Amino acid sequence: MTIKFSKDHEWIDIADHQAATVGITVHAQDALGDVVFVDLPAVGTTFAQGDVAGVVESVKAAADVFMPISGEIVEVNEALRADPALANSDPLGAGWFFKVRVSDLAQFDALMDEPAYAEFAKNA
Amino acid sequence: MSSPASSAPLLNTPLNALHIELGARMVPFAGYSMPVQYPSGLMAEHHHTRTAAGLFDVSHMGQLKLVGPDAAAAFETLIPVDVIDLPVGKQRYGLLLNDEGGIIDDLMFFNQGVVDGEPTLFVIVNGACKVEDIAHIQARIGQSCQVVPMPDHALLALQGPQAVTALARLAPAVAQLVFMTGGTFTIAGCDCFVTRSGYTGEDGFEISVPAAQADTLARALLAQPEVKPIGLGARNSLRLEAGLCLYGNDIDTTTTPPEAALNWAIQKVRRTGGARAGGFPGAGKVLAQIDQPASLPRKRVGLIALERIPVREHTELQSSDGTRIGEVTSGLLGPTVDQPVAMGYVTPAFAAAGSRVNAIVRGKAVPMEVAPMPFTPARYHRG
Repeated sequence: MTIKFSKDHEWIDIADHQAATVGITVHAQDALGDVVFVDLPAVGTTFAQGDVAGVVESVKAAADVFMPISGEIVEVNEALRADPALANSDPLGAGWFFKVRVSDLAQFDALMDEPAYAEFAKNA
Repeated sequence: MSSPASSAPLLNTPLNALHIELGARMVPFAGYSMPVQYPSGLMAEHHHTRTAAGLFDVSHMGQLKLVGPDAAAAFETLIPVDVIDLPVGKQRYGLLLNDEGGIIDDLMFFNQGVVDGEPTLFVIVNGACKVEDIAHIQARIGQSCQVVPMPDHALLALQGPQAVTALARLAPAVAQLVFMTGGTFTIAGCDCFVTRSGYTGEDGFEISVPAAQADTLARALLAQPEVKPIGLGARNSLRLEAGLCLYGNDIDTTTTPPEAALNWAIQKVRRTGGARAGGFPGAGKVLAQIDQPASLPRKRVGLIALERIPVREHTELQSSDGTRIGEVTSGLLGPTVDQPVAMGYVTPAFAAAGSRVNAIVRGKAVPMEVAPMPFTPARYHRG
């Protein structure tokens, strides 16, 4: 299992920990509603776990996108910048936000697995 | 979409069961549990209203009647608007003002003529303001006319270019109405008072109906192929693109009509030199601001962001040298104009169309240009 979830409703897939993929969860995009804008970090920037790395704005609200894990941004999803609705239509796939070179894999282990997140989101 | 926080239990409109059946996401608004969107989502609902017809439940709004031979003259003492000369069968926009010229609420009123032997005005006010509005009206003019709240009535809006096709299938005579006129119609067996007006910038209708018949009427309208249910979220994006104010965001008790660029709502007869000049709360200040526009401390304007970044309410506006010159009061990515649009207040030096300002979004300056409103062309049916 290479995908885990943060309490801030991001997912991270470390199948490639040199370029772990981060996005927002199905629950997050559902709570936000139609996403109309994303602000993505600059490639090469390094963030600590919990830092604000981006912004997602829906028709209803703006929300910060937090780093689920410490690392350096190695790629951002330009297709998402051009078509923010991908965050709604395919949040776990084409709607990914950015990729991170993970600096501390132990942080990944502390994130929630899918059943734990499902329970967490149900009560959020 | 602000409404006062309250611990009181939420009220339901007569269409509550229908909203839930349709899968609406319900939110608290103006003391009511209201549908903010249905499963198709705000963007689709917005586009559907601009291209076909959308049905809105606006039953949270306040409906009342002002009854008696002196009702029109009395109402003129509360609003800077020509009530006395409004012809029977016509509707007009009005503004309740406080003694400082600040806006207590904005409203629509309709001259129903003589009903049951008495001249009658039908008034619609904002849901979040209705309790205070009715108390204010009662206190100020309750001696001159009867103030009759209508809590037993629901209010539906059918809006969009195909609204007339859908409604005329059920009541062919509604097609004869033009913008800001209305009358009594039987629709799907329901006793309706219909006006050709609304708050989306589109052609359409608002329908007052007894609460007990509201569900029947709504289902009959939703059965028309053009019609889908639309939530408060799309109502907000539609009205902003149409350049229409949301009370509590864009106008409130601290803004006067001239500051809010609502002079068009003040007919000449109530202005300096008019036959019934003044005579409304705050008249001295409001008329002086109309006569000397340069004296305005600020003015409401439309704004378009020059980068594709939504600029929301309360965002600070600055001049290019970093001086604070105003604030955004409503803003979003306009689904039809496909650009970030907003309205807000700026100092007069920046109020001309084409002026450049910076909105400070998350610490970053987003360039915006002052733009004429509406952002989408109004498509009212003026006949």
